[in-house]
Amino acid sequence: MVEKQYTISASEGLHARPTSLLVGSLAPFSSDITLIYKDKSVNMKSILGVMSLGVASGATITVKAEGADETEAIAKIDEVMKSEGLAG
Amino acid sequence: MEQRIKGIAASGGIAIAKAFRLEHPDLQTEQVTVADAEAESARLDRAIDAARGELETIRKQASEQLSQSEADIFSAHLLVLDDPELIGPVKEKIRSEQVNAEHALKQTADGFVALFESMDNEYMKERAADVRDVTKRILAHLLGVTLQSPAMIREQTVIIAEDLTPSDTVQLNPEYIQGFVTDIGGRTSHSAILARTLEIPAVVGSRSAMAQVENGTTVIVDGTAGEVIVGPSDATLKAYEEKRRLYAQEQAQLTQLVHEPTRSKDGHQVELAGNIGSPADVAKVLENGGEGIGLFRTEFLYMGRDQFPTEDEQYEAYKSVLEQMEGRPTIVRTLDIGGDKELPYLNLPEEANPFLGIRAIRLCLEEEDMFRVQLRALLRASVHGHLKIMFPMIATLDEFRRAKAVFLDEKEKLEQGGVPVSDRIELGMMVEIPSAALMADQFAKEVDFFSIGTNDLIQYTMAADRMNEQLSYLYQPFSPAVLRLIKMVIDAAHREGKHAGMCGEMAGDEAAIPVLLGMGLDEFSMSASSILKARAKIAGLSKSEMEAKIDHILSLSSGEEVRSYIEQSL
Repeated sequence: MVEKQYTISASEGLHARPTSLLVGSLAPFSSDITLIYKDKSVNMKSILGVMSLGVASGATITVKAEGADETEAIAKIDEVMKSEGLAG
Repeated sequence: MEQRIKGIAASGGIAIAKAFRLEHPDLQTEQVTVADAEAESARLDRAIDAARGELETIRKQASEQLSQSEADIFSAHLLVLDDPELIGPVKEKIRSEQVNAEHALKQTADGFVALFESMDNEYMKERAADVRDVTKRILAHLLGVTLQSPAMIREQTVIIAEDLTPSDTVQLNPEYIQGFVTDIGGRTSHSAILARTLEIPAVVGSRSAMAQVENGTTVIVDGTAGEVIVGPSDATLKAYEEKRRLYAQEQAQLTQLVHEPTRSKDGHQVELAGNIGSPADVAKVLENGGEGIGLFRTEFLYMGRDQFPTEDEQYEAYKSVLEQMEGRPTIVRTLDIGGDKELPYLNLPEEANPFLGIRAIRLCLEEEDMFRVQLRALLRASVHGHLKIMFPMIATLDEFRRAKAVFLDEKEKLEQGGVPVSDRIELGMMVEIPSAALMADQFAKEVDFFSIGTNDLIQYTMAADRMNEQLSYLYQPFSPAVLRLIKMVIDAAHREGKHAGMCGEMAGDEAAIPVLLGMGLDEFSMSASSILKARAKIAGLSKSEMEAKIDHILSLSSGEEVRSYIEQSL
C-alpha cells in the first residue's frame, strides 16, 4: 500500500473542473484508490464521491492506493495535482 | 391580446421569433419487482452504453462549435455516467431489492442531487444539475423515449423551456435559436452564462412562460429588460424591431472601441479600468477594453475556507493578475474584512455596529501578522507587472502612516534577503470615510493616489445603512454633499500632482460620468461589462463644457435638483 498527503492549494479547493481531470485520470488503474478527508473516506475514482467531501482550499487530504499498480497510481496523482495546480 | 411576462434579464439584446416549446418527456418511474435481477442489470448496462454514445457525440459537437470548457462539461457527464459510486449502488439495489433499473437509478441519483444541492457552494449546486442531466439521459433509454434535441431545430425560433440542461444549451445553434426563455434559473445559472457567451438574448426565471406560451406563437424576448412579450400587437412588434436594430448598431459601435483610448470630445484623456474579485475575472476586463484594474478585491482568497491562505497561494493569485495585465496599472486592495464579512477562523468578536467597527485596515493593523503575510505576497509578486496597493477604510493620517510603515518594513526585509521587489510600487488609499475626504489635502501629500469608494462614502456621509431598504432614499450618489466631498478629493490630489480614481458603482453609472469627468476624475473603475458603454459616453462629452457646470451643480440644494439639471443640460 502507498499513502501520501497533499495540502490543497487551489483557491476553489477540490470543487472545480480540475477535479474531474484528476478523477478521470485514475480510471485506467486497477488498484483501489481511496481519498481520506477529516474522518471520511471515498473511492477516488468516483467524481461524486470526491466532490461530496467538499474539500476546501488549504485542507490536508490523504490518498491511499492498494494493488498491482499502486506506485504508478500515486505518481499519476502527483502529476495531475501539480499540472492542474490543485496542490504544490 | 399581447401578454407580458417579467423574468430575470440573463443575456442582453432583443429576439423576435416563433416560440418552440422544448418539452422534456415524462420520465416518471414506478417501482416494479423484477424476477431476473441479472437481466435487469444488463438492461441498465445497455442504457448506459447508449447514453455514453450520445454524450460522446455531444461532447464532440461542443468542442467543435463552442469551446473546450463547454466540452469539459460533457467529459464531467461521462465521468458521472461511469461513476462506480453511482452505478455500483444502483446495481446493488437491483440485486438486493429485486427492483427495476429505473426505480433503483432514480432513488440513488436523487440522493446525490439532494446532497449537492444542500452544499453552500455554487459550483457544487451546479453539479446537482449534472447528476440530474445524466440520470435523465439513462432513464430515457430505459423507458424507450426520445429526448427532444435542440440541435435538430432548423428554423428561426425562440426556445421556451422549464429549464435548459447543460446538454440542451450546447446544442443551441445561434443561427436558428434567436433567444430563449426559461421558467427557472438565475443570472448565474449555467444557461444564463452560456447565453451571454453565445450572445443570444435570454430571460430566465420567468416562472410562467411554459404555462402561457404555445408553440408557434410570436414571442419577443427583451434580454436587456428581462421581459417577454407573447403575441405582440403590430405596434409593439414595430417598436421592438426598431429596438433590435438599434441594439445591433450599438453593439457594433461598442466593439470598435475595445482598443481605442478613452477620450472626450475635446481631447481630454482618462483611464477606464475594471473591478475584479479573482484572477479569472481579468480576461473579461481585457476583452472589454479595460486599461487597468482599478480594484482587485482580495477577500476571495480568505473566504469560504477554514484557515488563512498561505503567502504562496496569495503570491500566485497576485502574480497571475499582474501577468495577465501585461504592465497595465493594477490596483490591489488589501484585505477588507470584518463587520458583516466574517472569517470563521479569525474569531472576531460580535459588534453592535459592524459597519462602524473593526473592519478593513483597522483589523489589519490589529492582526498585523496576517497583514504582513499579504504585503509580502504582494511585494514578491510586484516584479510581474505594474502593482499599485491601496488600503481600505483609512480614517486618519496615522492609520495610513502605520500601514505604510509595515509595508516598508516588509519591503526592506525582503530586499535584505535578496528577494527581487519592484521599486515602482505605488501606495494609495481608498477614500470612503468622510474624515478622509475632508482631510484629502493632507493625505495627498503622503499617498501616491486616491481611489474613491462611493458605496461606503455615500453610506457614511448620509449615516444610512445601504442594505436597509427603508433608507434607500438616502442612498444618493448625486447628493451635493457627496459630490462636494468627491470634488475635494480630486482637487486635493491634483494640487499635489497625484491621480484620483473611483471604484464604486457610481464610476460606471452613465448619469454620473459627465459630472465626474467635469470634476476631473482621472480613472474610472467599474464592472467589465460597463467599460465600453462608458467609453462611448465619454467620447460624446466635452470635458471643458462639463467643467464649467460643476460650480453650479455643487450650489444646488438636493440630489434630485442635480439629477434633473444634468439631464436637462445634456
